[in-house]
Amino acid sequence: MSELPDGWEMVIGLEVHVELATQTKLFCPCANAFGDEPNTNICPTCLGLPGSLPVPNAQAIDYAMTLGHALGCTVAGSVFARKNYFYPDMPKDYQTTQYEHPTNENGSITLGDGTVIGVERAHIEEDTGKSTHLGGGGRIHDATATLVDYNRAGVPLVEVVSRPEMRSADQARAYVSELRDILLATGVSDARMEEGSMRVDANVSVRPVGSDELRTRCELKNINSMRSLGRAINYEARRHVDLYESGQSPNQQTRHWDEDGGRSTPGRSKEDADDYRYFACPDLPPLVPTDEEMQAIRAGLPVLPAARRQALADATGIEAGQAVLAVERGLDALAIAAVRAGAPGDVVIKHVDQNLSDGAGQLDGPMLAKLVGLEVSGALSATQVKTVLGELVASGGDPADVAASMGFEAMDSSELATLLDQLIADNPDEWQRFTEGDTKVQGFFVGQIMKATQGKADGKIVNQLMKERSSG
Amino acid sequence: MMNAQLTAIETAARVRSGDMTAVEALAQSQAAVTARDADVRAFLHLTDDRAAEQADRVDAQVAQGQDPGPLAGVPIAIKDNMCTRGAPTTCSSKMLEGWKPPYDATVVSRLEAAGALVVGKTNLDEFAMGSSTENSAFGPTRNPHDLTRVPGGSSGGSAAAVAAGFVPLSLGSDTGGSIRQPAALCGVVGFKPTYGAVSRYGLIAFASSLDQIGPFASTVADAALCFDTIGGHDPRDATSIPSAIPSAAAALGNGVAGKRIGIIDELMGEGIDDDVRARVEQAAAALADAGATVERVSVPATIYGLAAYYLIAPAEASSNLARYDGVRYGQRVDGVNVEEMNAATRTAGFGDEVKRRIMLGTYALSSGYYDAYYGKAQRVRTLIANEFAQAYSSFDLLMSPTSPSTAFELGAKSDPMSLYMCDVCTIPSNLVGHPALSVPFGVGDDGLPVGVQLLAPLLGDDELFAAGQVLEDANPTDATASGSEIRGEVRP
Amino acid sequence: MSERITRDEVAHVGQLARLVITDDELTMFTEQLGAVLDTASDLAALDLSGVEPMAQPCALTNVTRPDVIEPSLGRDEVLAMAPAAQDGRFRVPPALGEA
Repeated sequence: MSELPDGWEMVIGLEVHVELATQTKLFCPCANAFGDEPNTNICPTCLGLPGSLPVPNAQAIDYAMTLGHALGCTVAGSVFARKNYFYPDMPKDYQTTQYEHPTNENGSITLGDGTVIGVERAHIEEDTGKSTHLGGGGRIHDATATLVDYNRAGVPLVEVVSRPEMRSADQARAYVSELRDILLATGVSDARMEEGSMRVDANVSVRPVGSDELRTRCELKNINSMRSLGRAINYEARRHVDLYESGQSPNQQTRHWDEDGGRSTPGRSKEDADDYRYFACPDLPPLVPTDEEMQAIRAGLPVLPAARRQALADATGIEAGQAVLAVERGLDALAIAAVRAGAPGDVVIKHVDQNLSDGAGQLDGPMLAKLVGLEVSGALSATQVKTVLGELVASGGDPADVAASMGFEAMDSSELATLLDQLIADNPDEWQRFTEGDTKVQGFFVGQIMKATQGKADGKIVNQLMKERSSG
Repeated sequence: MMNAQLTAIETAARVRSGDMTAVEALAQSQAAVTARDADVRAFLHLTDDRAAEQADRVDAQVAQGQDPGPLAGVPIAIKDNMCTRGAPTTCSSKMLEGWKPPYDATVVSRLEAAGALVVGKTNLDEFAMGSSTENSAFGPTRNPHDLTRVPGGSSGGSAAAVAAGFVPLSLGSDTGGSIRQPAALCGVVGFKPTYGAVSRYGLIAFASSLDQIGPFASTVADAALCFDTIGGHDPRDATSIPSAIPSAAAALGNGVAGKRIGIIDELMGEGIDDDVRARVEQAAAALADAGATVERVSVPATIYGLAAYYLIAPAEASSNLARYDGVRYGQRVDGVNVEEMNAATRTAGFGDEVKRRIMLGTYALSSGYYDAYYGKAQRVRTLIANEFAQAYSSFDLLMSPTSPSTAFELGAKSDPMSLYMCDVCTIPSNLVGHPALSVPFGVGDDGLPVGVQLLAPLLGDDELFAAGQVLEDANPTDATASGSEIRGEVRP
Repeated sequence: MSERITRDEVAHVGQLARLVITDDELTMFTEQLGAVLDTASDLAALDLSGVEPMAQPCALTNVTRPDVIEPSLGRDEVLAMAPAAQDGRFRVPPALGEA
């Protein structure tokens, strides 16, 4: 759903920084922890003290390669490089990252709707410390001093760089959501945007529909939620269109997303930003993954969300796009089991999507299948099914027994027919109006029957009986 | 030697046997420093308290019948670019004046675990950039053989401390010759190990792919003992060699009979003083007398070493020295914003030579120049390594002068290029990571010490000590005659 | 004198390296850096096609450590080294650029 005027389309690429779920930092044995007292997880190495040296964390490398495999990347030998620039929250005034030889290249992420977005690279690098700007009413440009906490400095990151292949804010959100699901499924990261363990920068440009040019892009930073991501992209793309339509054009720059103001503002550019003087870090020997390592990582990979959606679609006969919620809720195995036990796929998915937002609890596939059977046969009303489902989630059991224990006796239609005939006899005027086409009184009859049966009647069957009586 | 002091091995033997206490060994060293370091200026800081505590610990161990270690009671000086917990570590730079590291370098921990007494920190060219120890923010060190001459550099303080008899052992670091060249100029033994044989953890980086710590000693055997103590794998240094390093002490006495030794042609020609060349030829004859086959060998790419080095070392340095920004430690000169503070701090904190190399390295790495300079220089390293490999297919060891000349006068080499030429013989080993040993061998026409350099392939460290001992035994200079008195006037 | 590096380039390099270079120094450094780069031009003539660059002298690979926490430095000790500190953090003049 593009929010741009006709004739324009967005070109979006995302750079997602993911903090790896290791115990220690990338190059030193300090704790990788969020929310500790400032400057309590620091050592000579992550403080960049003279004489200190880095030694890579084996688990971080393993996680990075796991993610690479999960993204379908070419996972290969890699070389750590130094990216040289000055900033006070970067203790060595260079960042150790990967440049010419990243661990992972050329992968992809398949969105819920089947769109495939290319991943250019997913490389390992170290995080920076955290700066707090004092004074200036929180406005960075008027700060009177900056305070630095190095607890985060050296925390292992993988930067996942997409190709500029997304065309709407919704697609960008779907990409991030998919990446998060993959990270959680593999255990590589806890992927919490609100704690900053997953941080998204968006490169946004626009172009006329049908063109394949790449116009000047702006990089949006400070996007702290999925909601911000969508708003920021839509705002920025619109800004570009407005500039082009007024005969101007945007400047390539980094921009800061202001969530409260709902707008992006230009970042103050670094004068030396264009010359990072990358070179291979002489303190760190290259990483050359062995065949055994690669096999172990592949063997340890869980089935990933896209494959699970496809499996669910294949098993239930629904479209893969309809399987998104079920997989996200981790209920795909349950749904498949229910279908294997004989339940129709569309009804199963309906329950998973509508009634199981808090998970399945004690409910299993065969239970769900049996319940759906009672529903489809008309033995239980929709309301009753929902109630029984709630009980099965809470405590499990046999659906028929649970229904019975709740007094949901399956009422056959002859009983209902008797009740209805009595009601018609007692309310001839209302029945007359119904036969003349006044559908408003239909509710009166159904309501009365529900009252008489304490809700056990199936409304659909009552409607059917009334239709038969009036036409017969 | 001008010092009548005991060797490290003799000192340790006496302390271990109880003939002498570590406290006495320390007192002798301190007395020598007190008597003469005002002239030599080898030390920047003395660590009396730390040394005294360690001496007490060693003496207590001896008293209790425990093993106090192979360097028990041996006073040792540490170049001031290696971290010593709680003691100043300045790199001879105003930038780090007053800074006390919160941790010890691995080599310092290993020496103390072996019973050595760290007596102080020695002067160097700022951040180890130089060949004369004149580029120290705290003033030059003087050559103990002639106080008007430089001791060489950058580890000039550590070389002078051994030559002056202040300590039997000291540590230096060698990036392009910074141990071997001052060893040659001061008439002591200096050793640059195979890259990765000694941990760099706690060595303040100059050029990370070239830096290596090694010992100065008055004898080859003392240097071997020190190397065996500080060497070996360290999990804190990812470039540390994981396999065992062959023991140097075990190779002592092996001689050179049957060894094939090549004199590098390219390092015996133009630019090498005649008297130095003559000593190298004399040393070659001594090795031949001891049973080696000695021939000339050509390693043409060594002539490109200097040019490659003066791109690679500054490039790495420009990145390694970025962290001195006034934020976390060391000196700060304030500014209205952090960029200005960084620049003011660095401008005031670094001397000209450091600035020169930072700028050169920044340039060599910058976009548009990387391939022509840094990229090309890294390929020259491979070229030199290939040619050395070729040479080592016919020879066990190679040899050359250590320095093109004997010690020169303070202030004699004021333009950077002439000073850079001092490293022409030593740089190739650093570029390829090979070990090399400088052994004193006679004197030049000026009566000052000459050093002969022995080179070996990767992990051939032990072989160098066997050959070095042969040269030591054949040294034509009467060890007690040369430099027995200090010449020259001390300028105020 | 050498044209290997210009004054402007030296000035730019000074900025990249966060060094303030005076006019006199600019003249001196331009000349000195040019002389070093003249020597480096010896390499230009070398045919190094097919020769791999050497980043490290010892061909080690896959050097890692286990993911096990070790004690950190004490904050007081670390902040005592800092030129300025406040609220448990390192204090610097305002940092304006984006990280």
